[in-house]
Amino acid sequence: MAKNVKPRVKVPKTAAKGEIIEIKTLISHKMESGQRKDNKTGEKIPRMIINKFTCTYNGVEVFSADWHPAISTNPYMAFNTVATESGTLEFTWVDDEGSTYTKSAKITVQ
Amino acid sequence: MRWRPIAVVLGFGLFIGAYGAVLAQGDGKMAKYFVGDLRTGYTFATPETQAIQDDDFANPAFLWVDYAVELWEDPSGDAGKACSDCHGAAEDTMKGVGARYPVYNAELGKPINLEQRINKCRVDNMQAKAWKYESRELLGMTAYVKSQSRGMPVQVQIDGPMAPFYEKGKAFYFQRRGQLDMACANCHEGNAGNMIRANLLSQGQSNGFPLYRLKWQKLGSLHRRFRGCNKQVRAAPYGYGSDEYVNLELFVANRGMGLPVETPGVRM
Repeated sequence: MAKNVKPRVKVPKTAAKGEIIEIKTLISHKMESGQRKDNKTGEKIPRMIINKFTCTYNGVEVFSADWHPAISTNPYMAFNTVATESGTLEFTWVDDEGSTYTKSAKITVQ
Repeated sequence: MRWRPIAVVLGFGLFIGAYGAVLAQGDGKMAKYFVGDLRTGYTFATPETQAIQDDDFANPAFLWVDYAVELWEDPSGDAGKACSDCHGAAEDTMKGVGARYPVYNAELGKPINLEQRINKCRVDNMQAKAWKYESRELLGMTAYVKSQSRGMPVQVQIDGPMAPFYEKGKAFYFQRRGQLDMACANCHEGNAGNMIRANLLSQGQSNGFPLYRLKWQKLGSLHRRFRGCNKQVRAAPYGYGSDEYVNLELFVANRGMGLPVETPGVRM
């Protein structure tokens, strides 16, 4: 597990049925690109980035993204989805080590 | 009379220019970042960077602030006390504190900045180890405390016992140094808005520090910024928390007197 990785998500608590909602996510991660060298030893620093982000809504995948080395440190991701039913949104980030970071948020659809 | 159209065009140009400046300052959202002739670094940032600062969720500096919220309640050190045991809720007790630092410390006989105040509290009252400069803990706690003063005007004391230190800070600001033989003032007085090679110069205001700089990809202190500037003019930088930089911090804070505290800011 990489150090100090902490996901944050922002999902509206309530929404009307059929409403388009904005979801914001931010995770602290160093996102080492694999293209840098150690200043002292000259050795390559191995790549260590989050390469996959997924969001599921009551178990159904509504958004996913493959990330590559140009994504910055502490990546921020915002996207929209349609509020269909009350339930839970699950967010998953997977990095090169295979570590998985998750966070969930509840939404009530009226 | 061939000069007339030119004069008219020139006059119209001046009018448009002046109108543009007024518009930029008077524009609702931006107005609070202009105080008289002073402008915060926010006004020099691109709209994209400003948008990150405007949204506390998107602002990555809050990763550090959130961590400091936990530390506030965490009793560390031999005294078994947390910040909250003496200071209660930071939202109430720390309001306005960040806006008046550096302050004079009678015990040490010199001004100290917020970082040093936090560490002094840790060592003296909590009997804990001082946090390192630029550590996640110290940056986070400084940003957390100072962010309680967001929107409040910067107001530091420069008279009384602070006067000699203010003078030293002022002298530092105008002293040419390094192989490039440049003082802080050479860039930041009268050149704000101009380019220095590929970089846009700001007025060099300190009201947003500690801030998240996109280049650093992390939160950074004002002293890190000072060190960076000193290195760029090929001068040997002073240490983090050195007297020279605290005096300079005092001068710079007073120079931006009245600007709203923006901590934690976001800059490119």
